[in-house]
Amino acid sequence: MDKTQNNKAWFLVLPVLVVVAFSAILPLMTVVNYSVNDTFGNNDFFWVGLEWFEEMVTSDRLHEALGRQILFSAIILAIEVPLGIYIALNMPKSGAWASLCLVLMALPLLIPFNVVGTIWQIFGRVDIGLLGHYLAEMGIDYNYTNDPIDAWITVVVMDVWHWTSLIALLCYAGLQSIPNAYYQAARVDQASRWAVFRYIELPKMQGVLLIAVLLRFMDSFMIYTEPFVVTGGGPGNSTTFLSIDLVKMAIGQFDLGPAAAFSIMYFLVILLVSWVFYTVMTHLDKEEGR
Amino acid sequence: MAQITLKNLAHSYLAQPKAEADYALKEMDHVWQNGGAYALLGSSGCGKTTLLNIISGLLRPSQGRVLFGDQDVTEAETTARNIAQVFQFPVVYDTMTVRENLAFPLRNRGMDAAYIKARVGQIAAMIGMEATLDRKARGLTADAKQKISLGRGMVREDVNAILFDEPLTVIDPHMKWELRTQLKQLHREFGHTMIYVTHDQTEALTFADKVVVMYDGRVVQMGTPEELFETPAHTFVGYFIGSPGMNLLPASVQGNRAVVAGTEILLGAHYAPPKGRVQIGVRPEYATLTNGAGLPFTLRRVEDVGRHRIIRGEVAGQTVNVIAPEGMPVGVDLTHVSFMPERIGVYADDWRVTGGPV
Repeated sequence: MDKTQNNKAWFLVLPVLVVVAFSAILPLMTVVNYSVNDTFGNNDFFWVGLEWFEEMVTSDRLHEALGRQILFSAIILAIEVPLGIYIALNMPKSGAWASLCLVLMALPLLIPFNVVGTIWQIFGRVDIGLLGHYLAEMGIDYNYTNDPIDAWITVVVMDVWHWTSLIALLCYAGLQSIPNAYYQAARVDQASRWAVFRYIELPKMQGVLLIAVLLRFMDSFMIYTEPFVVTGGGPGNSTTFLSIDLVKMAIGQFDLGPAAAFSIMYFLVILLVSWVFYTVMTHLDKEEGR
Repeated sequence: MAQITLKNLAHSYLAQPKAEADYALKEMDHVWQNGGAYALLGSSGCGKTTLLNIISGLLRPSQGRVLFGDQDVTEAETTARNIAQVFQFPVVYDTMTVRENLAFPLRNRGMDAAYIKARVGQIAAMIGMEATLDRKARGLTADAKQKISLGRGMVREDVNAILFDEPLTVIDPHMKWELRTQLKQLHREFGHTMIYVTHDQTEALTFADKVVVMYDGRVVQMGTPEELFETPAHTFVGYFIGSPGMNLLPASVQGNRAVVAGTEILLGAHYAPPKGRVQIGVRPEYATLTNGAGLPFTLRRVEDVGRHRIIRGEVAGQTVNVIAPEGMPVGVDLTHVSFMPERIGVYADDWRVTGGPV
């Protein structure tokens, strides 16, 4: 049968193209436009080429924010991943307790980000907060509003409280898919608890764990709302992460050009890391299928 | 290696079993000789795997004791029992190579590296996987994975028993036969006690010295393949072993005569009037079609299986099969079936009744 040759198909994909253009491509292009121009209002644009990019790449302020951001992501991953796995391993496998655990674990994930921030903002306050007050009572000098270390601890603990459940639930799902025969075989083979984890549980969790790490990395790398509500990026700039800095620059100082250049680089970094994760995951899949 | 004794053993998956029906495994007393090759045969859900898991310690019995030699191991953990078990579906450690998989049980027991190397080589040769020893187990076919599981089960020489839970289900027919032969050879060489669970009678009869037939949570007969064939202790054994199974007809028995649907036939032994539901059982191999003697027979169809023919029909509404040699003409004049009297068994409530001399 001869295939009909015409361009009708273009009309069929047109609606999608229009939606994508308005929702993604045009806004992104606006940002690109800002990043290569200087603007003084009145819609006057002056071409500056890559100047903003050069300024941003060499900016100490951005370097510091990036450093803080990487440190933050590294710390929360280092805590949440092992803790999530540990919790998943110790959750009941079935019965009423399992359901109760699942509900309790899911609760923090359902709370809006700014509410999480508000909860911890109040919880940690020395004057009226449950945590802050009792820490002060115990003679511990804790005040997240003027001590950078305390601010960091608060933000990290808040993130662990908020997101460890996600890793635990994903790992739990991975563990549930292991047939009982594997554990029985391990007992017959006289495997140690560590060997069971290393050779049975960990390989089976590998797939979900990669997704969990990717999600947590991306989310933590873009974190904004919670630290903004709790510390506002302070004290000083000590908890000013990339997106908080970006918002300060774009909306606080109205430096649209540098902020646009910053955004594009920020976007590329996240894209790069996601691509690396994607490659690793598909590579593992291929190995599996071999 | 040890003799395995089961004393008053019973198991229920319910916490508070009340009636006998609540038990997945009814009370039993059995001794499994040291070095025997046993097959546990029965249909799905008859309690074979339950019994196996109790022996290996993966399951605690609701009552009774399990003894390895003179040692009571009822409460002992699987790891302390020193047994090997191969499961129905392949269990391999994905991230390890084939070699590491085979070495795993030996490593866990802290064996000497040189010994491990030699032993793994030996086992790999036996399962025919020498060429793939250094490949990751991940991504191998189900066949190959199950061979690894088998190899891991047999790698330890000092085990008390090796338990197989339908291990050849996923293996293709040719390899099945070969592996079974190797298992048998291994048994002769090392003399491990082997217990082999299966629902395939050919597998059971070719593998084992003693076949243990289970039905509804009970061991109904433990015997050599010949005993199971010639003198089934329970109608289930008669039905399950043999192809087709034993013919069973409701009858009333008095002395050395049985009456089936109004017709009297001769038995090979003398019986006191049995109690309960009485049936006579005879294998199709010992039935012949006649043109007058015996019971009236309605022929339904003839199946030619090559080496003989199976004639399927009915006697008084009950299915009766007859095996006839090739070449025997089956004509319209063959309206009756007769049984060899000495091959007829009498069953009361499904259990075989022994008769006295005539």
